[in-house]
Amino acid sequence: MMKCSGAEIIISLLEEHGIDTIAGIPGGANLPMYNALAKSDKIQHVLARHEQGAGFIAQGIARTTGKAAVCFATSGPGVMNLLTAIADAKLDSVPIVAITGQIPSSLVGTDAFQEVDTCGLAIPITKHNFFVRSAKELFHIIPEAFRVAEGGRPGPVIIDIPKDVQLEEIEITNWPVEDNESLIDMGIGVNHDNIASLEDIEQITEMIHKSKKPLLYIGGGILQSNSHELLYDFAKKNSIPVASTLMGLGCFPSNDPLYLGMLGMHGAPYTNLILNETDLLIAFGVRFDDRATGKIAEFCPEASIIHVDIDPAELDKNKSTKISVAADIRMVLDELILSVEENHRQEWMQEITEIKEANPFPIGNKKDFYHPLNLIRKIGSIVDPDTIITTDVGQHQMWVAQAYPFQKPRTLLTSGGLGTMGFGLPTAIGAALANPDKKIICISGDGSILMNIQELATLADLNLNITVIILNNGWLGMVRQLQELFFQENYYATQFTTNPDFASMAQCFGIKGYDFKDQEDPNHALEKILSGSHPCVINMPIDFRENVMPTVPPGAGNHQMIGGEKRV
Amino acid sequence: MCKKTDVIIQLTVNNHPGVMSNITGLFTRRAFNLEGILCGRLQNTKTSRMYLLLNNDDRVEQIIKQLKKLYDVLEVSICEDCDYNSFDNIHELVQGKKQTKAIDPYN
Repeated sequence: MMKCSGAEIIISLLEEHGIDTIAGIPGGANLPMYNALAKSDKIQHVLARHEQGAGFIAQGIARTTGKAAVCFATSGPGVMNLLTAIADAKLDSVPIVAITGQIPSSLVGTDAFQEVDTCGLAIPITKHNFFVRSAKELFHIIPEAFRVAEGGRPGPVIIDIPKDVQLEEIEITNWPVEDNESLIDMGIGVNHDNIASLEDIEQITEMIHKSKKPLLYIGGGILQSNSHELLYDFAKKNSIPVASTLMGLGCFPSNDPLYLGMLGMHGAPYTNLILNETDLLIAFGVRFDDRATGKIAEFCPEASIIHVDIDPAELDKNKSTKISVAADIRMVLDELILSVEENHRQEWMQEITEIKEANPFPIGNKKDFYHPLNLIRKIGSIVDPDTIITTDVGQHQMWVAQAYPFQKPRTLLTSGGLGTMGFGLPTAIGAALANPDKKIICISGDGSILMNIQELATLADLNLNITVIILNNGWLGMVRQLQELFFQENYYATQFTTNPDFASMAQCFGIKGYDFKDQEDPNHALEKILSGSHPCVINMPIDFRENVMPTVPPGAGNHQMIGGEKRV
Repeated sequence: MCKKTDVIIQLTVNNHPGVMSNITGLFTRRAFNLEGILCGRLQNTKTSRMYLLLNNDDRVEQIIKQLKKLYDVLEVSICEDCDYNSFDNIHELVQGKKQTKAIDPYN
């Protein structure tokens, strides 16, 4: 017999689950958990400077490992600050378990100090949430939270634990404690029949064989199911070109001739035009998001659609399909790779080459080091393909998506669904913690970086191999671009009156800072900085008139993009 | 209430606080319509039975898929042989019965 507090049980269960890092901030309502965490020699705590930072640090761990990561916050404002990172994880299907302190049960519902209805707030932005009523329930809820977060289509889970439950002491006869609560198999997350039927495979194979112009439209589901290698072999065997969503970048090597790049709003002209020609769209691990499809009625007008996704609710949601299968893509590809025959598809390849040549990606002056696309390519040419890139949100994010030579899955961490500015720096910290042997580069903008700039202090604490590169144009560039193109150049509230000197700001945080404003040999300087492994910040001035092109105007079909004309 | 224009979805759900707001919240945030709710505890279980009255349009299938994803929702089906009169009674209750005075809460 031994006595354990709820808090001790939480920490022990997390240790048992293999959690080695927790990002968070202590406060009144989660102090018992911190008191227990202090005694753990298996878990490293990372003290973030804002709960949103803690949430994104957990995301950086989860997005690079595929396993659920944990963050801690206290009640009230701690929870509120965490919510943006949780919502972000929901939209990009990232497994996070957020454990939040709650005021004591006896005070719940009385508008007590630092009380918010955490579970009520969690409902629309989590996969599920748990409110813990007694220490005994923890043995069921903690493992269940991980199961829900990681199972099926992954997503965030919040566990809200009142302070008295953390302090409650219970007698335990033997550890580990069996989860005795009679379990109705909830069926959530874990898709029990996530294997396609034989008929499905036969029908898909037949459609591919009959098709003259098939095309793969891939997304985050490929990396979630760890099926990028199978996908490669499959595409190669039957010569099927591949267009990727933002979330799918890295799942297909960008230098392969079958690769068409990112589709959609800021896709290359040829990518969107080839999509217009395909007669069979093979959609794997995607959700037909509006940024990818443009006007949905005009998306792939000639094509029959095959859709495979682990989440049945995504099938036939935005676009009706010829055949849709709720299954693990890996299982489907395992079968398809055998059933599909070799084909060189010379005519289709020829047509693709012609469309590519006639509608290339518009590039600026190749000699200008400071042109954003050149900068991104330059970074890509210097660093190892294992390097993990995180971005914030805006123009720089799209330039990275367009121009960075991604070769491997989970090397791009970016806020796709929610589009959260401030994502890049804390996510980079999480990625670096989970991948100590890799270099992390956070490419940001002068607008985004300030939204979670406090995490530079966390970075200084940890001394991680992270280079932050701020593409600084002095504006909220993406919004400025929208005002230029669609609001009659009525620039309002988009130019910063004041911007900090980012290089010296980094130094104030105890991190090296470089300013490329007056660099004599920027190529050499960048190579030298990127060869190092200490945290640093680079201020990179760019021309504010540079826009992300091409772009599909709001409500238009993808083929109606503007700014895709050839430039010098 | 009529069988052509309406549809009744039958749910079995875990009976604990927050389930109702989870389900009604789904309808709000996905902009689905919800015309009526009937709910009661199933005897000797930790579950409740819930009936949702919806307009029968092309979104019903998506609504069912989304309901199935909710953790506390154990079973979802379209109720083929449900008595639509149950909802008529509610309708009467809500609208005030014919020829009787509506209940005025302030009197």
